[in-house]
Amino acid sequence: MKQLSSEPVKKETGPSVPAIPSVERRMFLRTVGLFTASTAAFLASCQNSVNELAPANRSGARTAADAGGKSFGTGDIAILNYAYALEQLETAFYRQAVEKLFSDIRGDEKMVLSDIHDHELVHREFFKAALGPYAIQDLEFKFPIDFNHRQEVLNTARQLEDTGVGAYNGAGPLLTNGTFLTLAGKIVSVEARHAALIRTILRPGTSFFAGDDVVKTMGLDISLKPSQVIPMVAKFITTTGLDFGDLLSR
Amino acid sequence: MNLFGIFSQIEKTDPEAAEKVSFSRRKLLKTTSVAAAATPLFFAASINKAFADTPSVVDILKYALTLEYLERDFYRAAQFSRGLLPLGTREYVVQIAKHEASHVDLLRGAIPEAQTIKENTLKFDFTYGGAFPDVLTNYQTFLAIAQALEDTGVRAYKGQAANLLSDPTVLGIALQIHSVEARHAAAVRRMRGIRVWPDANDNTLPTSPNVQGAVYAGENQTMQPNGGGGMVDLMTLPHDSVFNPAMYERTVYESFDEPLTMEQVLAIAGPFIKS
Repeated sequence: MKQLSSEPVKKETGPSVPAIPSVERRMFLRTVGLFTASTAAFLASCQNSVNELAPANRSGARTAADAGGKSFGTGDIAILNYAYALEQLETAFYRQAVEKLFSDIRGDEKMVLSDIHDHELVHREFFKAALGPYAIQDLEFKFPIDFNHRQEVLNTARQLEDTGVGAYNGAGPLLTNGTFLTLAGKIVSVEARHAALIRTILRPGTSFFAGDDVVKTMGLDISLKPSQVIPMVAKFITTTGLDFGDLLSR
Repeated sequence: MNLFGIFSQIEKTDPEAAEKVSFSRRKLLKTTSVAAAATPLFFAASINKAFADTPSVVDILKYALTLEYLERDFYRAAQFSRGLLPLGTREYVVQIAKHEASHVDLLRGAIPEAQTIKENTLKFDFTYGGAFPDVLTNYQTFLAIAQALEDTGVRAYKGQAANLLSDPTVLGIALQIHSVEARHAAAVRRMRGIRVWPDANDNTLPTSPNVQGAVYAGENQTMQPNGGGGMVDLMTLPHDSVFNPAMYERTVYESFDEPLTMEQVLAIAGPFIKS
Protein backbone atom coordinates (compact mmCIF):
# COMPACT_ATOMS: atom_id res chain seq x y z
CA MET A 1 0.00 0.00 0.00
CA LYS A 2 2.98 2.33 0.20
CA GLN A 3 2.44 3.48 -3.38
CA LEU A 4 -0.80 5.15 -2.35
CA SER A 5 1.09 7.93 -0.62
CA SER A 6 2.95 8.83 -3.78
CA GLU A 7 0.10 10.94 -5.20
CA PRO A 8 -0.63 9.16 -8.49
CA VAL A 9 -2.20 12.33 -9.88
CA LYS A 10 1.25 13.85 -10.21
CA LYS A 11 2.39 11.10 -12.53
CA GLU A 12 0.26 12.38 -15.39
CA THR A 13 2.20 11.90 -18.56
CA GLY A 14 -0.54 10.77 -20.93
CA PRO A 15 -1.95 12.85 -23.75
CA SER A 16 -4.20 15.82 -23.03
CA VAL A 17 -4.57 15.13 -19.33
CA PRO A 18 -6.66 17.85 -17.76
CA ALA A 19 -5.33 19.34 -14.54
CA ILE A 20 -7.26 18.27 -11.49
CA PRO A 21 -8.54 21.08 -9.29
CA SER A 22 -7.01 20.92 -5.84
CA VAL A 23 -10.37 20.35 -4.16
CA GLU A 24 -10.99 17.30 -6.30
CA ARG A 25 -7.52 16.09 -5.57
CA ARG A 26 -8.03 16.41 -1.84
CA MET A 27 -11.35 14.60 -2.07
CA PHE A 28 -9.68 11.97 -4.12
CA LEU A 29 -6.88 11.42 -1.64
CA ARG A 30 -9.27 11.41 1.28
CA THR A 31 -11.24 8.63 -0.34
CA VAL A 32 -8.04 6.71 -0.80
CA GLY A 33 -7.14 7.19 2.85
CA LEU A 34 -10.50 5.98 4.04
CA PHE A 35 -10.30 3.06 1.78
CA THR A 36 -6.87 2.09 3.09
CA ALA A 37 -8.01 2.15 6.69
CA SER A 38 -11.28 0.32 6.38
CA THR A 39 -10.76 -2.30 3.77
CA ALA A 40 -7.16 -3.41 3.85
CA ALA A 41 -7.91 -6.54 5.85
CA PHE A 42 -10.84 -7.40 3.68
CA LEU A 43 -8.77 -6.92 0.53
CA ALA A 44 -6.12 -9.23 1.81
CA SER A 45 -8.80 -11.84 2.26
CA CYS A 46 -10.02 -11.66 -1.31
CA GLN A 47 -6.71 -11.35 -3.13
CA ASN A 48 -6.81 -15.03 -3.84
CA SER A 49 -10.36 -15.19 -5.05
CA VAL A 50 -10.10 -13.15 -8.22
CA ASN A 51 -9.32 -16.11 -10.36
CA GLU A 52 -12.41 -17.88 -9.21
CA LEU A 53 -15.06 -15.59 -10.47
CA ALA A 54 -17.58 -18.32 -11.10
CA PRO A 55 -21.01 -17.31 -9.90
CA ALA A 56 -20.98 -20.35 -7.68
CA ASN A 57 -17.82 -19.11 -6.00
CA ARG A 58 -19.09 -15.65 -5.36
CA SER A 59 -21.19 -16.27 -2.30
CA GLY A 60 -18.37 -16.56 0.18
CA ALA A 61 -16.43 -13.59 -1.12
CA ARG A 62 -17.06 -9.90 -1.00
CA THR A 63 -20.19 -8.59 -2.64
CA ALA A 64 -20.74 -5.05 -3.81
CA ALA A 65 -23.42 -4.68 -1.17
CA ASP A 66 -20.70 -4.72 1.48
CA ALA A 67 -19.59 -1.29 0.37
CA GLY A 68 -22.87 0.02 -1.05
CA GLY A 69 -21.57 -0.69 -4.54
CA LYS A 70 -18.90 1.96 -4.12
CA SER A 71 -15.87 -0.30 -3.86
CA PHE A 72 -14.08 -1.32 -7.04
CA GLY A 73 -12.47 -4.25 -5.25
CA THR A 74 -9.02 -5.48 -6.10
CA GLY A 75 -7.11 -7.49 -8.68
CA ASP A 76 -9.01 -8.54 -11.80
CA ILE A 77 -12.33 -7.53 -10.23
CA ALA A 78 -11.10 -3.97 -9.82
CA ILE A 79 -9.99 -3.89 -13.46
CA LEU A 80 -13.40 -5.14 -14.61
CA ASN A 81 -15.18 -2.55 -12.45
CA TYR A 82 -12.85 0.07 -13.89
CA ALA A 83 -13.89 -0.98 -17.42
CA TYR A 84 -17.52 -1.05 -16.26
CA ALA A 85 -17.20 2.51 -14.96
CA LEU A 86 -15.68 3.71 -18.25
CA GLU A 87 -18.45 2.04 -20.25
CA GLN A 88 -21.06 3.67 -17.99
CA LEU A 89 -19.38 7.01 -18.61
CA GLU A 90 -19.33 6.57 -22.37
CA THR A 91 -22.94 5.38 -22.54
CA ALA A 92 -24.10 8.37 -20.49
CA PHE A 93 -22.17 10.78 -22.66
CA TYR A 94 -23.52 9.49 -25.96
CA ARG A 95 -27.06 9.37 -24.57
CA GLN A 96 -26.90 13.09 -23.86
CA ALA A 97 -25.13 13.78 -27.14
CA VAL A 98 -27.91 12.09 -29.13
CA GLU A 99 -30.73 13.55 -27.01
CA LYS A 100 -29.34 17.08 -27.16
CA LEU A 101 -28.10 16.91 -30.74
CA PHE A 102 -25.99 19.81 -31.83
CA SER A 103 -27.93 21.97 -34.23
CA ASP A 104 -25.84 21.54 -37.35
CA ILE A 105 -25.58 17.75 -37.09
CA ARG A 106 -25.67 15.73 -40.29
CA GLY A 107 -27.76 12.61 -40.59
CA ASP A 108 -24.77 10.31 -40.82
CA GLU A 109 -23.19 11.94 -37.76
CA LYS A 110 -26.34 11.37 -35.75
CA MET A 111 -26.23 7.71 -36.77
CA VAL A 112 -22.59 7.47 -35.69
CA LEU A 113 -23.35 8.85 -32.23
CA SER A 114 -26.34 6.58 -31.69
CA ASP A 115 -24.50 3.53 -33.05
CA ILE A 116 -21.62 4.16 -30.65
CA HIS A 117 -24.07 4.68 -27.78
CA ASP A 118 -25.65 1.32 -28.48
CA HIS A 119 -22.25 -0.46 -28.51
CA GLU A 120 -21.24 1.18 -25.23
CA LEU A 121 -24.54 0.13 -23.72
CA VAL A 122 -23.90 -3.50 -24.63
CA HIS A 123 -20.41 -3.25 -23.10
CA ARG A 124 -21.85 -1.69 -19.95
CA GLU A 125 -24.55 -4.31 -19.52
CA PHE A 126 -22.08 -7.08 -20.26
CA PHE A 127 -19.76 -5.98 -17.46
CA LYS A 128 -22.66 -5.58 -15.08
CA ALA A 129 -23.79 -9.13 -15.81
CA ALA A 130 -20.29 -10.63 -15.70
CA LEU A 131 -19.43 -8.90 -12.42
CA GLY A 132 -22.72 -9.86 -10.79
CA PRO A 133 -22.57 -9.08 -7.09
CA TYR A 134 -19.07 -7.62 -7.48
CA ALA A 135 -20.30 -4.79 -9.68
CA ILE A 136 -20.08 -1.21 -8.53
CA GLN A 137 -23.31 0.78 -8.46
CA ASP A 138 -24.79 2.78 -11.32
CA LEU A 139 -22.71 5.95 -11.50
CA GLU A 140 -23.95 9.51 -12.01
CA PHE A 141 -22.21 11.84 -14.41
CA LYS A 142 -22.10 15.47 -15.39
CA PHE A 143 -20.63 16.73 -18.63
CA PRO A 144 -19.47 20.33 -18.37
CA ILE A 145 -19.79 20.94 -22.09
CA ASP A 146 -22.26 22.61 -24.42
CA PHE A 147 -24.03 19.78 -26.19
CA ASN A 148 -25.24 22.24 -28.82
CA HIS A 149 -21.67 22.88 -29.83
CA ARG A 150 -20.54 20.47 -32.50
CA GLN A 151 -16.83 20.77 -31.84
CA GLU A 152 -17.21 20.30 -28.08
CA VAL A 153 -19.33 17.19 -28.48
CA LEU A 154 -17.05 15.58 -31.06
CA ASN A 155 -13.90 16.51 -29.18
CA THR A 156 -15.25 15.07 -25.94
CA ALA A 157 -16.22 11.93 -27.82
CA ARG A 158 -12.71 11.71 -29.23
CA GLN A 159 -11.15 12.17 -25.78
CA LEU A 160 -13.39 9.52 -24.25
CA GLU A 161 -12.65 7.01 -27.01
CA ASP A 162 -8.90 7.62 -27.03
CA THR A 163 -8.85 7.42 -23.24
CA GLY A 164 -10.84 4.20 -23.44
CA VAL A 165 -8.34 2.71 -25.87
CA GLY A 166 -5.45 3.77 -23.63
CA ALA A 167 -7.21 2.46 -20.55
CA TYR A 168 -7.85 -1.00 -22.00
CA ASN A 169 -4.33 -1.15 -23.45
CA GLY A 170 -2.85 -0.29 -20.07
CA ALA A 171 -5.17 -2.57 -18.11
CA GLY A 172 -4.58 -5.68 -20.23
CA PRO A 173 -1.17 -6.55 -18.78
CA LEU A 174 -2.57 -6.08 -15.24
CA LEU A 175 -5.09 -8.89 -15.71
CA THR A 176 -4.29 -12.39 -14.49
CA ASN A 177 -7.20 -14.21 -16.11
CA GLY A 178 -6.78 -15.02 -19.81
CA THR A 179 -10.52 -15.00 -20.46
CA PHE A 180 -10.81 -11.46 -19.12
CA LEU A 181 -7.79 -10.44 -21.16
CA THR A 182 -9.31 -11.76 -24.38
CA LEU A 183 -12.60 -10.04 -23.50
CA ALA A 184 -10.76 -6.77 -23.00
CA GLY A 185 -9.16 -7.33 -26.40
CA LYS A 186 -12.55 -7.92 -28.01
CA ILE A 187 -13.78 -4.60 -26.65
CA VAL A 188 -10.71 -2.39 -27.07
CA SER A 189 -10.62 -2.80 -30.84
CA VAL A 190 -14.25 -1.69 -31.00
CA GLU A 191 -13.30 1.39 -28.97
CA ALA A 192 -10.38 1.98 -31.35
CA ARG A 193 -12.79 1.80 -34.29
CA HIS A 194 -15.00 4.37 -32.52
CA ALA A 195 -12.00 6.61 -31.94
CA ALA A 196 -10.93 6.41 -35.57
CA LEU A 197 -14.49 7.04 -36.77
CA ILE A 198 -14.92 10.17 -34.62
CA ARG A 199 -11.51 11.33 -35.77
CA THR A 200 -12.38 10.92 -39.46
CA ILE A 201 -15.46 13.08 -38.84
CA LEU A 202 -13.35 15.73 -37.10
CA ARG A 203 -10.66 15.82 -39.79
CA PRO A 204 -11.75 13.93 -42.91
CA GLY A 205 -9.18 12.99 -45.50
CA THR A 206 -6.24 13.33 -43.12
CA SER A 207 -4.03 11.06 -41.05
CA PHE A 208 -5.95 12.08 -37.91
CA PHE A 209 -7.83 8.72 -37.66
CA ALA A 210 -4.60 7.32 -36.21
CA GLY A 211 -2.84 10.63 -35.73
CA ASP A 212 0.63 11.20 -34.45
CA ASP A 213 -0.93 12.61 -31.26
CA VAL A 214 -2.14 9.13 -30.25
CA VAL A 215 -0.03 6.71 -32.29
CA LYS A 216 3.42 7.82 -31.36
CA THR A 217 6.87 6.31 -31.71
CA MET A 218 7.13 2.86 -33.31
CA GLY A 219 3.49 2.89 -34.38
CA LEU A 220 2.22 2.18 -30.87
CA ASP A 221 -1.16 3.38 -29.63
CA ILE A 222 -1.78 5.06 -26.27
CA SER A 223 -1.47 2.99 -23.12
CA LEU A 224 -2.57 4.46 -19.81
CA LYS A 225 -2.43 3.11 -16.28
CA PRO A 226 -5.57 3.17 -14.15
CA SER A 227 -3.80 5.66 -11.89
CA GLN A 228 -3.53 7.98 -14.91
CA VAL A 229 -7.04 7.43 -16.27
CA ILE A 230 -9.02 7.80 -13.04
CA PRO A 231 -7.92 11.39 -12.41
CA MET A 232 -8.66 12.18 -16.09
CA VAL A 233 -12.27 11.01 -15.91
CA ALA A 234 -12.98 12.00 -12.29
CA LYS A 235 -14.28 15.39 -13.44
CA PHE A 236 -17.23 13.67 -15.11
CA ILE A 237 -18.26 11.54 -12.12
CA THR A 238 -20.64 13.05 -9.58
CA THR A 239 -21.19 9.92 -7.50
CA THR A 240 -19.36 10.48 -4.22
CA GLY A 241 -17.58 8.13 -1.85
CA LEU A 242 -16.22 5.76 -4.49
CA ASP A 243 -13.20 3.81 -3.45
CA PHE A 244 -11.02 2.77 -6.34
CA GLY A 245 -9.24 0.08 -4.40
CA ASP A 246 -5.80 -0.82 -5.62
CA LEU A 247 -6.38 0.83 -9.02
CA LEU A 248 -4.80 4.06 -7.78
CA SER A 249 -1.48 2.38 -7.25
CA ARG A 250 -1.48 0.49 -10.55
CA MET B 1 15.23 1.71 -32.80
CA ASN B 2 14.15 -1.64 -31.51
CA LEU B 3 12.05 -3.21 -28.82
CA PHE B 4 14.94 -3.09 -26.41
CA GLY B 5 15.20 0.62 -27.04
CA ILE B 6 11.60 0.87 -25.92
CA PHE B 7 12.42 -1.23 -22.89
CA SER B 8 15.14 1.17 -21.77
CA GLN B 9 12.76 4.09 -22.27
CA ILE B 10 10.21 2.37 -20.07
CA GLU B 11 12.86 1.79 -17.45
CA LYS B 12 13.74 5.48 -17.46
CA THR B 13 10.18 6.67 -16.96
CA ASP B 14 9.12 3.93 -14.57
CA PRO B 15 11.98 2.72 -12.38
CA GLU B 16 9.62 0.29 -10.62
CA ALA B 17 9.24 -1.65 -13.84
CA ALA B 18 12.96 -2.06 -14.33
CA GLU B 19 13.25 -5.34 -12.50
CA LYS B 20 10.29 -6.84 -14.28
CA VAL B 21 11.56 -5.66 -17.66
CA SER B 22 15.06 -6.97 -17.20
CA PHE B 23 13.61 -10.33 -16.29
CA SER B 24 11.53 -10.30 -19.48
CA ARG B 25 14.57 -9.37 -21.50
CA ARG B 26 16.69 -12.16 -20.08
CA LYS B 27 13.92 -14.61 -20.73
CA LEU B 28 13.38 -13.32 -24.26
CA LEU B 29 17.06 -13.60 -25.12
CA LYS B 30 17.38 -17.06 -23.67
CA THR B 31 14.35 -18.37 -25.49
CA THR B 32 15.50 -16.76 -28.69
CA SER B 33 19.00 -18.16 -28.70
CA VAL B 34 17.60 -21.65 -28.26
CA ALA B 35 15.06 -21.14 -31.02
CA ALA B 36 17.69 -19.68 -33.33
CA ALA B 37 19.79 -22.84 -33.34
CA ALA B 38 18.71 -24.35 -36.64
CA THR B 39 16.03 -22.27 -38.29
CA PRO B 40 17.21 -20.71 -41.52
CA LEU B 41 13.64 -20.28 -42.67
CA PHE B 42 12.44 -19.35 -39.25
CA PHE B 43 8.92 -18.44 -40.23
CA ALA B 44 7.98 -21.91 -41.30
CA ALA B 45 9.74 -23.49 -38.37
CA SER B 46 8.10 -21.30 -35.77
CA ILE B 47 4.72 -21.69 -37.36
CA ASN B 48 4.92 -25.47 -37.31
CA LYS B 49 6.07 -25.41 -33.71
CA ALA B 50 3.38 -22.94 -32.77
CA PHE B 51 0.64 -25.18 -34.07
CA ALA B 52 1.86 -28.04 -31.95
CA ASP B 53 1.47 -26.34 -28.61
CA THR B 54 0.89 -23.02 -26.95
CA PRO B 55 3.22 -20.76 -28.90
CA SER B 56 6.14 -19.16 -27.09
CA VAL B 57 6.56 -15.42 -26.89
CA VAL B 58 9.17 -15.52 -29.65
CA ASP B 59 6.92 -17.63 -31.86
CA ILE B 60 4.23 -15.00 -31.48
CA LEU B 61 6.66 -12.20 -32.28
CA LYS B 62 7.69 -14.00 -35.48
CA TYR B 63 4.08 -14.60 -36.42
CA ALA B 64 3.32 -10.92 -35.87
CA LEU B 65 6.39 -9.92 -37.87
CA THR B 66 5.24 -12.07 -40.79
CA LEU B 67 1.89 -10.28 -40.87
CA GLU B 68 3.49 -6.86 -40.49
CA TYR B 69 5.87 -7.56 -43.40
CA LEU B 70 2.85 -8.44 -45.51
CA GLU B 71 1.00 -5.26 -44.57
CA ARG B 72 4.03 -3.02 -44.91
CA ASP B 73 4.96 -4.31 -48.35
CA PHE B 74 1.32 -4.14 -49.46
CA TYR B 75 0.94 -0.44 -48.64
CA ARG B 76 4.41 0.29 -49.95
CA ALA B 77 3.47 -1.29 -53.29
CA ALA B 78 0.22 0.69 -53.31
CA GLN B 79 2.03 3.97 -52.72
CA PHE B 80 4.27 3.33 -55.68
CA SER B 81 1.55 2.08 -58.00
CA ARG B 82 0.97 5.02 -60.32
CA GLY B 83 -2.65 6.13 -60.60
CA LEU B 84 -3.96 3.77 -57.90
CA LEU B 85 -4.72 6.28 -55.16
CA PRO B 86 -7.31 8.95 -55.99
CA LEU B 87 -6.74 12.52 -54.94
CA GLY B 88 -7.32 13.01 -51.22
CA THR B 89 -6.68 9.41 -50.20
CA ARG B 90 -2.90 9.36 -50.14
CA GLU B 91 -2.59 10.75 -46.62
CA TYR B 92 -4.55 7.82 -45.19
CA VAL B 93 -2.40 5.28 -46.98
CA VAL B 94 0.88 6.98 -46.13
CA GLN B 95 -0.05 7.06 -42.43
CA ILE B 96 -1.00 3.37 -42.40
CA ALA B 97 2.17 2.47 -44.29
CA LYS B 98 4.25 4.43 -41.80
CA HIS B 99 2.77 2.49 -38.88
CA GLU B 100 3.23 -0.91 -40.53
CA ALA B 101 6.87 -0.09 -41.27
CA SER B 102 7.35 0.91 -37.62
CA HIS B 103 5.79 -2.35 -36.48
CA VAL B 104 8.19 -4.30 -38.70
CA ASP B 105 11.18 -2.43 -37.26
CA LEU B 106 9.94 -2.92 -33.72
CA LEU B 107 9.34 -6.64 -34.11
CA ARG B 108 12.55 -7.21 -36.06
CA GLY B 109 14.40 -5.52 -33.26
CA ALA B 110 12.80 -7.86 -30.76
CA ILE B 111 13.87 -11.04 -32.58
CA PRO B 112 17.66 -11.14 -32.84
CA GLU B 113 17.65 -13.91 -35.46
CA ALA B 114 15.39 -11.79 -37.66
CA GLN B 115 18.16 -9.23 -37.96
CA THR B 116 20.51 -11.76 -39.52
CA ILE B 117 17.99 -12.63 -42.22
CA LYS B 118 17.82 -10.41 -45.27
CA GLU B 119 14.81 -8.12 -45.48
CA ASN B 120 13.59 -9.64 -48.72
CA THR B 121 13.47 -13.26 -47.55
CA LEU B 122 9.69 -13.09 -47.64
CA LYS B 123 8.13 -12.36 -51.04
CA PHE B 124 4.49 -11.54 -51.52
CA ASP B 125 1.91 -11.99 -54.23
CA PHE B 126 -0.78 -9.40 -53.59
CA THR B 127 -2.98 -10.82 -56.35
CA TYR B 128 -3.65 -13.80 -54.08
CA GLY B 129 -2.60 -16.35 -56.63
CA GLY B 130 -4.27 -14.39 -59.44
CA ALA B 131 -7.65 -14.07 -57.74
CA PHE B 132 -7.38 -10.28 -57.48
CA PRO B 133 -5.32 -9.29 -60.54
CA ASP B 134 -6.17 -5.58 -60.25
CA VAL B 135 -5.35 -5.20 -56.54
CA LEU B 136 -2.68 -2.60 -57.26
CA THR B 137 -4.43 -0.88 -60.16
CA ASN B 138 -8.08 -0.69 -59.06
CA TYR B 139 -8.65 1.46 -55.99
CA GLN B 140 -11.76 -0.45 -54.87
CA THR B 141 -10.00 -3.81 -55.06
CA PHE B 142 -7.05 -2.34 -53.19
CA LEU B 143 -9.35 -1.10 -50.40
CA ALA B 144 -11.13 -4.44 -50.12
CA ILE B 145 -7.83 -6.27 -49.67
CA ALA B 146 -6.61 -3.59 -47.26
CA GLN B 147 -9.75 -4.20 -45.21
CA ALA B 148 -9.14 -7.94 -45.23
CA LEU B 149 -5.55 -7.45 -44.05
CA GLU B 150 -6.44 -4.95 -41.31
CA ASP B 151 -9.42 -6.85 -39.91
CA THR B 152 -7.38 -10.07 -40.01
CA GLY B 153 -4.50 -8.29 -38.26
CA VAL B 154 -6.79 -7.13 -35.48
CA ARG B 155 -8.13 -10.64 -35.01
CA ALA B 156 -4.62 -12.15 -35.14
CA TYR B 157 -3.20 -10.00 -32.32
CA LYS B 158 -6.36 -10.51 -30.28
CA GLY B 159 -6.02 -14.26 -30.63
CA GLN B 160 -2.52 -14.25 -29.12
CA ALA B 161 -3.14 -11.87 -26.18
CA ALA B 162 -3.85 -14.63 -23.68
CA ASN B 163 -0.71 -16.49 -24.82
CA LEU B 164 1.34 -13.45 -23.76
CA LEU B 165 0.03 -13.32 -20.18
CA SER B 166 3.40 -14.54 -18.93
CA ASP B 167 5.17 -11.55 -20.43
CA PRO B 168 3.36 -8.31 -19.54
CA THR B 169 5.90 -6.17 -21.40
CA VAL B 170 5.44 -7.89 -24.74
CA LEU B 171 1.69 -8.17 -24.08
CA GLY B 172 1.47 -4.42 -23.51
CA ILE B 173 3.25 -3.72 -26.78
CA ALA B 174 1.13 -6.24 -28.69
CA LEU B 175 -2.02 -4.54 -27.39
CA GLN B 176 -0.69 -1.15 -28.49
CA ILE B 177 -0.17 -2.52 -32.01
CA HIS B 178 -3.56 -4.27 -31.95
CA SER B 179 -5.56 -1.07 -31.42
CA VAL B 180 -3.60 0.71 -34.14
CA GLU B 181 -4.62 -2.03 -36.57
CA ALA B 182 -8.23 -1.48 -35.47
CA ARG B 183 -7.93 2.25 -36.19
CA HIS B 184 -6.57 1.36 -39.64
CA ALA B 185 -9.42 -1.09 -40.25
CA ALA B 186 -11.97 1.56 -39.32
CA ALA B 187 -10.36 4.12 -41.62
CA VAL B 188 -10.23 1.71 -44.57
CA ARG B 189 -13.87 0.76 -44.00
CA ARG B 190 -14.77 4.44 -43.83
CA MET B 191 -12.98 5.01 -47.13
CA ARG B 192 -15.14 2.27 -48.62
CA GLY B 193 -18.27 3.91 -47.23
CA ILE B 194 -19.25 0.88 -45.13
CA ARG B 195 -19.82 0.44 -41.39
CA VAL B 196 -16.57 0.42 -39.47
CA TRP B 197 -17.40 -2.66 -37.36
CA PRO B 198 -17.27 -6.16 -38.84
CA ASP B 199 -20.47 -8.13 -39.21
CA ALA B 200 -20.07 -11.50 -40.90
CA ASN B 201 -23.46 -11.02 -42.56
CA ASP B 202 -22.25 -8.05 -44.59
CA ASN B 203 -20.58 -9.21 -47.77
CA THR B 204 -17.88 -6.58 -47.85
CA LEU B 205 -15.09 -8.88 -49.08
CA PRO B 206 -14.77 -11.17 -52.09
CA THR B 207 -16.53 -14.50 -51.74
CA SER B 208 -14.63 -16.30 -54.49
CA PRO B 209 -12.18 -17.26 -53.21
CA ASN B 210 -14.01 -17.05 -49.92
CA VAL B 211 -11.98 -14.33 -48.24
CA GLN B 212 -15.19 -13.01 -46.67
CA GLY B 213 -15.90 -16.33 -44.98
CA ALA B 214 -12.36 -16.81 -43.71
CA VAL B 215 -11.72 -13.27 -42.48
CA TYR B 216 -15.03 -13.04 -40.59
CA ALA B 217 -15.37 -16.65 -39.44
CA GLY B 218 -16.97 -16.71 -35.99
CA GLU B 219 -17.32 -12.94 -35.88
CA ASN B 220 -21.03 -12.89 -35.07
CA GLN B 221 -21.33 -13.95 -31.45
CA THR B 222 -24.23 -13.38 -29.09
CA MET B 223 -22.65 -15.18 -26.11
CA GLN B 224 -19.55 -14.02 -24.23
CA PRO B 225 -17.77 -15.76 -21.34
CA ASN B 226 -18.22 -14.28 -17.86
CA GLY B 227 -14.74 -15.33 -16.80
CA GLY B 228 -15.97 -17.88 -14.32
CA GLY B 229 -16.84 -20.66 -16.73
CA GLY B 230 -20.30 -19.37 -17.54
CA MET B 231 -21.61 -17.35 -20.47
CA VAL B 232 -23.46 -14.06 -20.73
CA ASP B 233 -26.19 -13.99 -23.36
CA LEU B 234 -25.91 -10.51 -24.82
CA MET B 235 -29.31 -10.81 -26.51
CA THR B 236 -31.07 -10.99 -23.15
CA LEU B 237 -29.22 -8.10 -21.52
CA PRO B 238 -31.41 -5.07 -20.71
CA HIS B 239 -31.44 -2.92 -23.85
CA ASP B 240 -34.67 -0.92 -23.70
CA SER B 241 -32.73 2.31 -24.03
CA VAL B 242 -30.77 1.56 -27.20
CA PHE B 243 -31.49 4.04 -29.98
CA ASN B 244 -31.86 1.35 -32.61
CA PRO B 245 -33.75 -1.59 -31.07
CA ALA B 246 -34.57 -3.07 -34.49
CA MET B 247 -30.87 -3.62 -35.12
CA TYR B 248 -29.95 -4.85 -31.64
CA GLU B 249 -28.57 -8.17 -32.87
CA ARG B 250 -26.22 -6.38 -35.26
CA THR B 251 -25.21 -4.07 -32.40
CA VAL B 252 -24.34 -7.15 -30.34
CA TYR B 253 -22.21 -8.56 -33.17
CA GLU B 254 -20.44 -5.26 -33.63
CA SER B 255 -19.78 -4.65 -29.94
CA PHE B 256 -17.25 -7.46 -29.64
CA ASP B 257 -14.49 -8.11 -32.18
CA GLU B 258 -13.63 -11.80 -32.12
CA PRO B 259 -10.15 -13.39 -32.26
CA LEU B 260 -8.75 -15.78 -34.86
CA THR B 261 -6.30 -18.59 -34.16
CA MET B 262 -2.82 -18.62 -35.65
CA GLU B 263 -3.92 -21.44 -37.95
CA GLN B 264 -6.94 -19.49 -39.24
CA VAL B 265 -4.86 -16.38 -39.83
CA LEU B 266 -2.09 -18.21 -41.68
CA ALA B 267 -4.66 -19.93 -43.88
CA ILE B 268 -5.86 -16.46 -44.89
CA ALA B 269 -2.34 -15.04 -45.27
CA GLY B 270 -0.88 -18.09 -47.00
CA PRO B 271 -1.86 -17.28 -50.60
CA PHE B 272 -0.21 -13.86 -50.21
CA ILE B 273 3.12 -15.46 -49.37
CA LYS B 274 5.27 -16.73 -52.26
CA SER B 275 7.22 -19.82 -51.44
